[in-house]
Amino acid sequence: MYTELIMIIMGISLILYMILGGADFGAGIIELFIGDKSNSTVSRAMAPVWEANHMWLIIAVVILFNGFPKAYVILSTNLHIPVLLFLIAIIMRGTAFTFRHYDAYHDKSEKIYSTIFRYSSLLAVFFMGITISAFFSGTIPSDTSGTFTEQYIYTWFNWFAVSVGVFLVTISAYIAGIFLLGEVETEEGYNSIRKFIMWIFGLSIISGASIFISSFVSDLQFHKLFLSHPISIAAGVIASLIAPYIYKLIKAKKIWTMRIVVGAQMVLIMIGWFIIQWPNLVVFSDGTKLSMYDASGPVATMKVLFFSLAIGVVVIFPSLYYLFRLFKSEDNLS
Amino acid sequence: MEDLMAARLQMAISLGWHIIFACIGMAMPFLMAFAEWKWMKTKDQVYLDLAKSWSKGVAIFFAVGAVSGTLLSFELGLLWPTFMEHAGPIFGMPFSMEGTAFFVEAIALGVFLYGWDKISPLAHWISGLIVGISGVMSGIFVVAANAWMNSPAGFDFVDGKYINIDPIAAMFNDAWFTQATHMTFAAFASTGFAVAGVHAIMLLRGKKIRFHKEALKIALIFGSIAAFAMPITGDLAAKDVAKRQPAKLAAMEAHYHTSKNAPLIIGGIPNDETQEVDYAIEIPGGLSFLAHGDFDAEVIGLDQIPEDERPPVIVVHFAFQIMVGLGTLMMLIGFIYFFMRWRKWDYINNKWWLRILALATPIGFIALEAGWTVTEVGRQPWIIYKVMRTKDALTAMPGIQYSLLTIVLVYSILTLAVIWLMHRQIKSIHEKYNT
Ligand code: HDD
Ligand code: HEM
Ligand code: HEM
Repeated sequence: MYTELIMIIMGISLILYMILGGADFGAGIIELFIGDKSNSTVSRAMAPVWEANHMWLIIAVVILFNGFPKAYVILSTNLHIPVLLFLIAIIMRGTAFTFRHYDAYHDKSEKIYSTIFRYSSLLAVFFMGITISAFFSGTIPSDTSGTFTEQYIYTWFNWFAVSVGVFLVTISAYIAGIFLLGEVETEEGYNSIRKFIMWIFGLSIISGASIFISSFVSDLQFHKLFLSHPISIAAGVIASLIAPYIYKLIKAKKIWTMRIVVGAQMVLIMIGWFIIQWPNLVVFSDGTKLSMYDASGPVATMKVLFFSLAIGVVVIFPSLYYLFRLFKSEDNLS
Repeated sequence: MEDLMAARLQMAISLGWHIIFACIGMAMPFLMAFAEWKWMKTKDQVYLDLAKSWSKGVAIFFAVGAVSGTLLSFELGLLWPTFMEHAGPIFGMPFSMEGTAFFVEAIALGVFLYGWDKISPLAHWISGLIVGISGVMSGIFVVAANAWMNSPAGFDFVDGKYINIDPIAAMFNDAWFTQATHMTFAAFASTGFAVAGVHAIMLLRGKKIRFHKEALKIALIFGSIAAFAMPITGDLAAKDVAKRQPAKLAAMEAHYHTSKNAPLIIGGIPNDETQEVDYAIEIPGGLSFLAHGDFDAEVIGLDQIPEDERPPVIVVHFAFQIMVGLGTLMMLIGFIYFFMRWRKWDYINNKWWLRILALATPIGFIALEAGWTVTEVGRQPWIIYKVMRTKDALTAMPGIQYSLLTIVLVYSILTLAVIWLMHRQIKSIHEKYNT
């Protein structure tokens, strides 16, 4: 029972990371495309909460190595290269953002920080998508007999993985766009972000399609898994069908309704993903699977982990609520 | 370079880098809260300025500490997957508690930095205190995990299998308490001396503003008190090591031959060939006394440790000497400080005193890195003492040299960038005060 509960907590952390961390990464991507216009909005809107937004990743990783060590080991060996690239991008963007925000002077250096922040935001999400893709693509060999490329390169360097990477980039930029619509102060800013959202949403549909096509063409596991799960299909269809409604909300400037609907859209996408995985953590290239039961630690560990997480939940959620209320409550007034 | 060597170096560099930010993250919030408290009591603007500019420093160091810590939590697996596969479920509990502590820290820091005019002064001050408390808590949690590697507990190792796992017993292993107390004081000692040193340098450069004087006073209180705690907690740590890791103690002291009434060796160059220490000063019976509290006690030497289980003596011995030497020096400086305070001397305007403090800026951090070298290199060749060897934990992926190279490059650039940024922060303060 603890195994399932812990898995659910990890799922919730990942959903929150997708939405909150995604908005944060996406802000960098938006800046990359629409430039300095959005710069000050991004800094102001993100600064108080951005540290907290990244804690979800730490929580997820700790759950992984504490509760599901075998999955953590696969992540860190077969996917060593993209994980390292992801981490380097995380380091670059985190420091660049902080530097830009806290530097005592606003001079030419700001341009350098911004450039690093923007590109590394994009790369971080891209490599994260590439890394995640390997869990459900069926590119990881189930044994260690393969060559270097089979073990460490083809696991993540393929059309499918790149499609997932691009998809995640578009989705984060989309989330950030929706978030920033409520933060911009001018009509002009609103419109330029609105246009960007349309554009990026189109790209996400293309890359989403590319995920399916590449899975078919390369005969991977993803489409087989997806098509055998009606709830996932339903989640995907509903998530797509609410798009016109969101379009209307954007036109009508209904900021909070829009944020909530898009949040729900993301939850649907994530649930669609979780359902095709459940109860498996990794799907190997020969179709065999590493389930959460195979990967989990001993019962004593799961029990202690669950209670530590439960304490965490009791402490974290009220404090987080307080933080968001303190800094995001004025938005309600405007 | 071999993969094993590259991986060890990469781990050492990433941890050695992170620890500096972690220590600042533990100690600095208390300095900042102390300044704010003085401001609340005296309404003296200079304390408010101090609290505000220190809080900016905390924010910068926190963010850089956070990203380097994120790297670490993956790096444990990137480099040592076999270790993590078995150790993860056993020593993971402090890490999961640490996660909560980090979260609280990040939230409280957000409130502190951006809540100056949104909440009451008292609530604001408390949020600063929470940043510090949760920072220290998270430090204690990770150190408990590290202590488990030195003093494995909470499982039985039978036929290569890890059974009867008890994560709570693993966390409260024999070493956690001594290591955690020594480490926590070390964070205050090194940060206190570094901050006092930086402000002393500013005063010496003629920036004689009250801002620097008050900053120096606050930092010195913290640093000096902690400096006194170092030899005391360090002695407890050494007695602990003598009990549970005789090989490490022997390497620290370059103690080659098992003997009773063993001498304490100061300085000198250990010679692995002749198994002697050249040019050393010896204090008869000193080691026996320090390790076991009895001048005649027997101290196990390296000769009783199988050859393939001996840590590298030279590195560990030198690192230990550096730590203890600098620790003694810091205590001495702390002593002079308290003496001058007691006699009400005008130390803050004394050039020589400021020069001493300026020179002492980095010594706390040097001692800290040296101390970690003792702990970690002294554990070799084990990654889990007496259970798993470091070489058996290494990842199967070849080419770690390239990842080492990347990490070195990234961290070198970042180090320069952080120094540059701090320089600009200080410059802006001087512009504000027109000096
Ligand atoms: C400001 C830094 C600092 C200073 C002045 C000292 N230490 Fe230290 N020492 C550390 C910072 C440190 C550390 C970096 O924090 C370590 C590494 C692991 C740990 O728990 O603390 C450490 C470890 C450490 C260990 C190894 C513990 C183990 O492996 O379990 C011993 C025996 C000592 N210390 C002893 C001393 C003594 C006798 C000191 C006398 C002055 C001293 N230290 C000063
Ligand atoms: C932040 C302060 C720390 C510093 C400066 C530090 C330093 C080092 C050094 C120098 C090594 C290389 C030793 C060698 O191979 O000869 C090392 C190895 C290692 N450390 Fe630490 N360490 C720190 C804390 C920790 C903590 C808290 C943990 C885990 C909870 C940890 C886990 C490891 C591991 C897994 C290795 C690699 C295996 C090994 O070489 O034994 N370290 N560290
Ligand atoms: C003795 C060694 C260590 C100490 C004392 C220590 C302490 C700290 C502290 C106080 C912070 C808060 C950040 C700040 O205020 O600058 C921090 C951040 C972090 N550390 Fe370490 N740490 C150590 C080693 C490690 C190791 C081995 C890992 C990974 C396994 C790790 C993972 C992290 C993570 C993920 C963060 C970021 C969380 C945040 O944003 O607060 N640390 N560490």
